[in-house]
Amino acid sequence: MPSLSIRNVVKSYGSVDILKSINIDIADSEFLVLVGPSGCGKSTLLSMIAGLDSISGGQIIIDGQVVNDLHPKDRDIAMVFQSYALYPNMTVAENIGFGLEIRGVPKAEREAAIQRVAKQLQIEPMLKRKPSQLSGGQRQRVAMGRALVRNPKIFLFDEPLSNLDAKLRVEMRTEIKKLHQRLGTTIVYVTHDQIEAMTLATRIAIMKNGVLQQLGTPKEVYETPANTFVATFIGSPSMNLVPARLEGVDGKPAVRVANDGGEPIVLPLYRPTREHERLAGQNVILGLRPEAITDGFGEHPAEALRRVSCPVEVTEPTGPDTLAVLKFGRNEVTARLKPETEAVPGQPGQFMVDMSKAVLFNPETEQRVA
Amino acid sequence: MASIALETARPRRHGIPVARIILFILLGLFALVYLLPFFIMVITSLKSLDEIRAGNLVALPEVVTFQPWIDAWGKACIGLTCEGIHGYFWNSVKMAVPAVAIATLVGAFNSYVMTKWRFRGADIVFALILFGCFIPFQIVLVPMAQILGLLGLASSTSGLVMVHVIYGLCFSTLYFRNFYMAFPDELVKAAMIDGAGFFRIFFKILLPNSLPIIVVTVIWLFTNIWNDFLFGASFTGGGSQPMTVALNNLVNSSTGVKEYNVHMAAAIIAALPTLAVYVFAGRYFVRGLMAGAVKG
Repeated sequence: MPSLSIRNVVKSYGSVDILKSINIDIADSEFLVLVGPSGCGKSTLLSMIAGLDSISGGQIIIDGQVVNDLHPKDRDIAMVFQSYALYPNMTVAENIGFGLEIRGVPKAEREAAIQRVAKQLQIEPMLKRKPSQLSGGQRQRVAMGRALVRNPKIFLFDEPLSNLDAKLRVEMRTEIKKLHQRLGTTIVYVTHDQIEAMTLATRIAIMKNGVLQQLGTPKEVYETPANTFVATFIGSPSMNLVPARLEGVDGKPAVRVANDGGEPIVLPLYRPTREHERLAGQNVILGLRPEAITDGFGEHPAEALRRVSCPVEVTEPTGPDTLAVLKFGRNEVTARLKPETEAVPGQPGQFMVDMSKAVLFNPETEQRVA
Repeated sequence: MASIALETARPRRHGIPVARIILFILLGLFALVYLLPFFIMVITSLKSLDEIRAGNLVALPEVVTFQPWIDAWGKACIGLTCEGIHGYFWNSVKMAVPAVAIATLVGAFNSYVMTKWRFRGADIVFALILFGCFIPFQIVLVPMAQILGLLGLASSTSGLVMVHVIYGLCFSTLYFRNFYMAFPDELVKAAMIDGAGFFRIFFKILLPNSLPIIVVTVIWLFTNIWNDFLFGASFTGGGSQPMTVALNNLVNSSTGVKEYNVHMAAAIIAALPTLAVYVFAGRYFVRGLMAGAVKG
C-alpha cells in the first residue's frame, strides 16, 4: 500500500487553478522531491499534504486514510520549514520537545527522546541555547530534530537548504540523504534546485504551472524526459535541443540537421524502432545531453557513435571536464569534452555524437516521441 | 540640520567640531527649559511654607524638610476629609493596572486573530477598531455615563477600568496588529503541526515573543490612563476618584492657606509612576517603536 497518495488533487483560488489534477503515489520509505520553477505550485501541494492549505478537489491519502479534512496535528506528519521556524523564546531542547509536550508525553520520556535526536544530529552541546545563538547550519539541524523526535509517518521539507551558503548546502544535502538511508522514513521534499532533486530523490515529480510534467526516478527523468521542459529543467548544463528532420538514409532512419550553406549533419539512429520508422519524413526536435557530444570523453558504445565536424566557438574548462559551445548546423550546442581537450575556439574540430543517448521530441506538442 | 548631520558623519580629525559644540549647547538649553519647572517643583516641595513666602522661587532650600511629602501622602485635606492623597493614589493604581493589563491582552488577542487567522472582513474590523483612536473623549461622556449607569458601574473604579479598556484597546490593537503582521507565519504553521491549538499558539508562541510591543503598549496606555482627568472627573465621585482628580481638588481648594510645598509634593507623587515606567522600560520603548516600524 502506498504511504502517500495524491489523487486528482486540485487547488483553486476563485477561478484560478493553482494545481490541476495532480496524481502521485509514493511507497513507504520513498524520497519524493517536488521540483519546478517558482510559482509552479510545489509549495502549495506540500502545504496541502501538511494540512496548512485546504484542498479544492481530489483526495490526499496518508497510510490508507483520507486526510482532506484532518487537522495537521492529526495527520502524523512533521515539517521542516524554509526559515526553520524555530520558536525564538524557547531553548533548543524546548523547541524539539514542544510537540511531545503538547501530546502529553511524560517528562522523562520526552527528555530521552530529545537526547536521542540531539545525539543523532550532533547538537547535544546546544540543547540549552536559544535559536538566536545558533548558526544557520545548527538551526537547520534543530529544525530537523523537531521533525525527527516525533517519529512521524511522513516528513515534509519545504526548501530546507535554500537559506544556507553553498558549501553548507552541499554538506546538509549529504546529511539529509544519510538520514533518509538510516531511518528509512518517507520524505516529501520541495526544492527549485534540480541538483538537490537529482541527488536526494528516489523519485522526482517535476511541476510547471500547476501541472505535473513527469514523475519518475532521477535516471528516468534525466535519460527519458517526458517533454522539452523536463529536458531543459533537469541537468546542468541543460540538454541541447536541435530542430531536425527524421528521414531514411540508405534505408536506415537518420536525423538530419540543416546547416547554413554547408553540408547538413546526418546522424543515423542507434537501434531504430517502428516508432522511428513511423515518424520518417517528419520534423522533430533532437535532444542531446552535453555528455553525448564529446571528443572521446566518457564511456560510449562504439556502434552508437557518429562522427561530426563542427566549429568550436568557446571552451570553458571546469576542472574535471571542459565545456565547449559548438556550432551545430544552425544551432549552438554545449559539448562536454576532455579536460585537456584539443578543441581550439574559432577552429573546426572533430567530435562524436552518442546516438544511444539521443531523444526526439514532437516540435508542436513538445512531448517526447522516441 | 543638514550641516550637523554632515558634520557628525565625517570622521573627526581636528578635535571636536564647532557644529557639535553648538548642538550640545542647544540640546542643553532645551533640556534646561524642560527640567526647570520640575526642578522648582522638587525644591519647593522640600521647603517649609515660611521659606517659600520669604525666599526666591529658584533658590535651594535652606533647611530641607520632608514634612510636605508626609503631609501630602497622609494628612492633606481633599474636600472634607484630611487623609492625604494616598487613598486616591491607590485608586489610580487600581484603575490603571487592570485597565492596562486587560487592554494590552485584548489588543494582542484581537491582532492575533486578525493577522494569523484571517477571516473575511478582517480589514474592515481593524479599520473600525482603528477609528476608535480618533473619537474625542468629550463626545462620549454622556452616552458612556448612561451605559455605566445601566450596567450599575457608575461612580466605581470598575466602571472607569471599563471605559479605559474600551479606549485603550483601539491603540493596543493598532500596535499589536502591525507587530504581528511582521511576525512570521511559518512559526504559527510549525506550532500547528506540533499540535498546538488556537490559544496555545497565542500564549506560548506569539505572546512570549512580543516583549518589545508589549512594552510600547504598556507605556502608552499607562501614561494615558494614569494621567486621564476627564473620565476620572466625570465617572467617579467621592472616595473612588483617581489621583489626577484628587490633585486638582487639593490644589484648587478655596479655603485655608495655600500649601505650595504640599501641592508640589503631591504633584510629584502623582507623576512618579509614569516617570518610573519610562525609566525602567524606556530602552524597550525606542526598540519597540523601531520593531513596529521596520519589518523584520
